[in-house]
Amino acid sequence: MSSTTTRRDPNAKPEAGTAKPNRQARAPIYRPPDFLWKRDADRCALCKRCVQQCGFDAITWENGPVVDPAKCVGCHRCEAFCPQKAITVEPNPQCLRPHPLWTEAHRKNLWTQAETGGVLLSGMGNDLSYPILWDHLLLDACQVTNPSIDPLREPMELRTYLGRKPDQIEVEMTDDGPALVGEMAPSLELEVPIVFAAMSYGSISLNAQKAIAMAAEELGTYWNTGEGGLHEDLKPYAHRAVVQCASGRFGVTADYLNAGAAIEIKIGQGAKPGIGGHLPGEKVSAQVSETRMIPAGSDALSPAPQHDIYSIEDLRQLIFALKEASNYVKPVSVKIAAVHNVGAIASGIVRAGADIVYLDGFRGGTGAAPTVIRDHLGIPIEIAIAVVDEQLRQEGIRNQASLIAAGGIRSSADAAKAIALGADAVALGTGALLALGCTLCQRCYTGRCSWGITTQDPALTRRLDPYLGSRRVANLVRAWAAELKEILGAMGVNAVESLRGSRERLRALGLDTTTMDILGVKPAGMGA
Amino acid sequence: MRIDAANLHYRELNHQIRRAVAAGERSLDLLNVNGQRYIGDGISGDVEITVHGVPGNDMGAFMDGPTIRVHGNAQDAVANTMNAGRIVVDGHAGDVLGYGMRGGELFVRGRVGYRVGIHMKAYRETRPVIVAGGTAGDFLAEYMAGGLLIVLGLDRRPREPLVGDWCGTGIHGGTLYLRGEVEPWRVASEFAGTRWAEDDDKADIRPHIEAFCEAFSLDADQLMGDDYLRIAPLSHRPYGAKYAA
Repeated sequence: MSSTTTRRDPNAKPEAGTAKPNRQARAPIYRPPDFLWKRDADRCALCKRCVQQCGFDAITWENGPVVDPAKCVGCHRCEAFCPQKAITVEPNPQCLRPHPLWTEAHRKNLWTQAETGGVLLSGMGNDLSYPILWDHLLLDACQVTNPSIDPLREPMELRTYLGRKPDQIEVEMTDDGPALVGEMAPSLELEVPIVFAAMSYGSISLNAQKAIAMAAEELGTYWNTGEGGLHEDLKPYAHRAVVQCASGRFGVTADYLNAGAAIEIKIGQGAKPGIGGHLPGEKVSAQVSETRMIPAGSDALSPAPQHDIYSIEDLRQLIFALKEASNYVKPVSVKIAAVHNVGAIASGIVRAGADIVYLDGFRGGTGAAPTVIRDHLGIPIEIAIAVVDEQLRQEGIRNQASLIAAGGIRSSADAAKAIALGADAVALGTGALLALGCTLCQRCYTGRCSWGITTQDPALTRRLDPYLGSRRVANLVRAWAAELKEILGAMGVNAVESLRGSRERLRALGLDTTTMDILGVKPAGMGA
Repeated sequence: MRIDAANLHYRELNHQIRRAVAAGERSLDLLNVNGQRYIGDGISGDVEITVHGVPGNDMGAFMDGPTIRVHGNAQDAVANTMNAGRIVVDGHAGDVLGYGMRGGELFVRGRVGYRVGIHMKAYRETRPVIVAGGTAGDFLAEYMAGGLLIVLGLDRRPREPLVGDWCGTGIHGGTLYLRGEVEPWRVASEFAGTRWAEDDDKADIRPHIEAFCEAFSLDADQLMGDDYLRIAPLSHRPYGAKYAA
């Protein structure tokens, strides 16, 4: 803060039209830092590596590392890269006087707003302690009468097809054996019921996107461009890409639509239902500008609604515009945030002609969202899957579209429960970033990610090796696939198809009756 | 080549168009067009399509190069996310024209509806241009990110506004020119600055006015003699100060 400014008359009224938030408040409101940075001086070799590693300029050098604790975001990059293991980053125990209503987080947020007058931003998913329904659901297992299957020696089928399924199929006998009459709608073939969530180049680095794209190819599944276009370097992986078309239309051309395996219309995102995207100008580097096909340094604004979509009929118009542009050979997905009326909305989306409905729950991640939106809008994905699956079944149109569930899938168990509730596949966003080394510091929106994941600064992005990253992401999904097979075996089924929508194989622990009704799940202890 | 669109579903009509374009057809006449959507959707190449009748929504969406001439009115979402090419409409056209349009030209002789030029953008050498001969509805140039939008206001009815309300809301790139005056409250002054066009500005729009006039047999010199309001964004980062650090 500058200390040389002249003193202002405290009684002077602001000039008319200058009622802007005062960003130059000279005496910041005191708040204890979130983290304490500790250095063991006996171990420290004064190598300056911590200074180099910090993407947030929290560590400077004055005859030794000096930390501005207010700038430390707790990403642990310096700690991980200290060759002497001399650094520890700890939560600050020096708390404000505890108050159950005015929590420390509330007070700190309020002070920031009092100083800046701005909307608070966050990265990653909702971090409030809402109930996590996955942790109140348990899967069934076989004992005696219905023997389990040993996945070590029995084949287990995880292959999944996403897309429109016919109401019925007709088969005719030919000289070459039975053959399908007519054509099947286009669909995506997945070797595992797991896809990668949409994360644009711009929100994440090219190396991060490349790591995920390479993993998708290796795993026989799909990655998603997000609304950021398709970078030249990723064209070799385009056949494994879902290309997104959203309100900003960034990088959307006929070639782009035809390059991917499927096209996704993004209506909403779990972390920020009802609001648009906003890639700040600082993150629109020369390369990002090329891929998005906009000038460098300009804000990349995706308006909240797509202004050509105000109804299901309008949505249908865009779905078929995309199908026309891609000659009806690619499934079209529609991604929405899970909101209160999600059942009826999903029904409309299916009737509008979507082949895939992508549901993103309120715990879904984001590169940047207003904190108040991220933390308070939407509903859990567990509820949304159950409601949508049920409504589509009741209406007899469940076969017309596949369901992808996303927004807080942390493990293969969550994936299995999502599938049992009615999802065809789950999507991994945050999980994939964690596999790349993300420590969930939630500062993606700053563009300063020390781990090279959510930044466009070349000095930082080069820290992430896409080849090594793809190994880790692929390992993660392979591990989950192996666990899914174990789960299926324990449940006595040999195909993920048999688990899909099988809510009878779920039981609830500690949920109220209404929630159990909505989930379509019985309480633990209640038999068949 | 002629295609009779009478009683053809859009899917069949567009299939025939795509097949003809793929076969190298350079000139296509579509007869009896009556509301079929997606004409010219996603096609590229050097082909001139003439539409006789009223084409349906999303004409020229994602189009990359061809020319479409409509002898009649057009409906909504013409030139949606268009990359290159030229669309000329003899009559009026509807809402959301040129959404996310990145290049090429759209000339409409008559009036245009709401949300025209929304999120138009420019990129490198491509600069999309929309010229509306008549008046425009609300939310003109909303979220406009690049390109050139000109409203001429020809054949105005008495007291008919040149543009509707909320003109330029969220504009963060590109330039808008209106032939004549508008009430200041119609322009989103928190996003856009307004002044009369000067010689440089007029030199910028002249080739486009000339092309427009050539398409519709109008007198460009006469139109260029009038005064134009120039509306341009105040910032490429209109929401930069909205968020707390």
